[in-house]
Amino acid sequence: MAVIEVAGLRKAYGRRQVLEDVSFSVQRGEVFGLLGPNGAGKTTAVECCEGLRRADAGTVRVLGLDPLRDRAALRPRVGIQLQQAQLQGALRVGEALELYAAFYPNPRDWRELLDEWGLADQVRTPFDKLSGGQKQRLFIALALIGNPEVAFLDELTTALDPQGRRDTWELIRRIRDEGVTVVLVSHFMDEVEALCDRAAVLDGGRIVATGTPAELIARSGTGGTLGFRPTAPLDLGRLAALRGVTGVEERDGRIEVTGTGDFADEVTGLLAREGIVVTGLRIREHSLDDAYLALTRHDAA
Amino acid sequence: MTETRSTGPTRRTAPTVNAVRRLAVAEARLFLRDPLTAFFSLGFPVALLLVLGSVPSLRKTSPDMHGMSTIQLYAPILAVFTLMLLGLNALPSLLAAYRERGVLRRMSASPVRPALLFGALLPLYLAIAAGSVLLVVLAGPVLGVALPKQPLGFLLAFLLAAAAMLSVGLLLASAVPSAKAGNAVGALAFFPMMFFSGIWLPREFMPGFLNRIGDFTPSGAAVQTLQDSWNGHFPHIVGLLTLAAYALLAGGAAAKLFRWE
Repeated sequence: MAVIEVAGLRKAYGRRQVLEDVSFSVQRGEVFGLLGPNGAGKTTAVECCEGLRRADAGTVRVLGLDPLRDRAALRPRVGIQLQQAQLQGALRVGEALELYAAFYPNPRDWRELLDEWGLADQVRTPFDKLSGGQKQRLFIALALIGNPEVAFLDELTTALDPQGRRDTWELIRRIRDEGVTVVLVSHFMDEVEALCDRAAVLDGGRIVATGTPAELIARSGTGGTLGFRPTAPLDLGRLAALRGVTGVEERDGRIEVTGTGDFADEVTGLLAREGIVVTGLRIREHSLDDAYLALTRHDAA
Repeated sequence: MTETRSTGPTRRTAPTVNAVRRLAVAEARLFLRDPLTAFFSLGFPVALLLVLGSVPSLRKTSPDMHGMSTIQLYAPILAVFTLMLLGLNALPSLLAAYRERGVLRRMSASPVRPALLFGALLPLYLAIAAGSVLLVVLAGPVLGVALPKQPLGFLLAFLLAAAAMLSVGLLLASAVPSAKAGNAVGALAFFPMMFFSGIWLPREFMPGFLNRIGDFTPSGAAVQTLQDSWNGHFPHIVGLLTLAAYALLAGGAAAKLFRWE
């Protein structure tokens, strides 16, 4: 069952078209990623789902409701973490959570969230005295305080250190395991690969690909790279002619073969037939990073 | 705490009422955490009254002042001081800062509307101003200033003055683009209003034309109507209407112009 349905979304700021015919759907219980370069329209798209922004055209349904028309009915059921927002400077962490708990009809126990997000020691710390990572965790906790069915998290690990990011991922998995649908806006591919069941890649206001991280990698046509150092001369032309091979490069006696599908088996088969011994063999599977760059490359050029 | 993680739609009070109450409590705490503003709005007027009242000559009545003492002239001015400070200075800077920091935006991403903040702030400021006025009024008899002789008129004048000052403050908050501008505009509005309230030169000593202008400013009208009722007259209707007009016009304009982000 789709929890979020977005169809034909369009939005322009002045003359600049930010979203152009954006459509996607998010299933109940999944972690859905929206990724893309800065200015791709990720935040605008998610704000239309949150009811914070009005699209020029298209329809949005979240839990079957129109985020703008049915604001009062929808808002208590979603949790929102904004990319750029602050709290009152002298408001303490515990007070902020207690205050926002009072805004929801069916809130979680704020002390429990405090522990879960590692803020127990900061309960009396004013917002302005928190570190970037602590602020970020407080905002995630605020997004979850209303016991939401859907949580929108915009750039949630920005400002967190590597350990903080890993810890946050673990907690996002826990949220998912509790049945909360999560929409994750991100430009970190490792994050999307680690957390998302499915993702949509936005570029220049359009969705250029949607699918599981594995599907996105496959769709982008990038496979992997096989590198080695042959102990005997090798005809590069024969390597290039192998099935699945998309590129061959030699540098200082080291050969790098890129390709898709079973290209690595083809390469090692050839080497075996020729009786060529190789050293320094290394295989690298292309990641979502490579796929993402391939999918959005035209924009950067 | 008996509930750990509530699952059903249980609630003791209506969410909106509870939210406004919580907001008011939070804002009251934040207010008290800013010691300078807290002192100037709560303690300063009564402190200044006591200091002025300790000078014997200022307690003497004089025919130049319609048989009143200087301290009697200052009592209503100091009663209006907190309303001016909160309405014209504190409110616009606070709202502009909240808007710039995204506090209002964060609130609007929750089920409550940020307009609820007004529901918390305005009663809070009204209560602080009332507390400050009460201190001034109660300190009066110690210094030979009688209690207001027309309490109903005094209450009416105070409420209209509060409505006027807070509405003008909201209008200023609507007009300023940033927190910095909020502070500047707040100060810019505060000092002329202080002048027309007579804090530096009581209205009785101002040249006639300045006094006339003052009659039609929120602070001048507020001081005049409070002074009228203090002395036992029902406040002059023109003064009351002036305050009501500021409240309605500025409040209405603010409602139209206020931006949340």
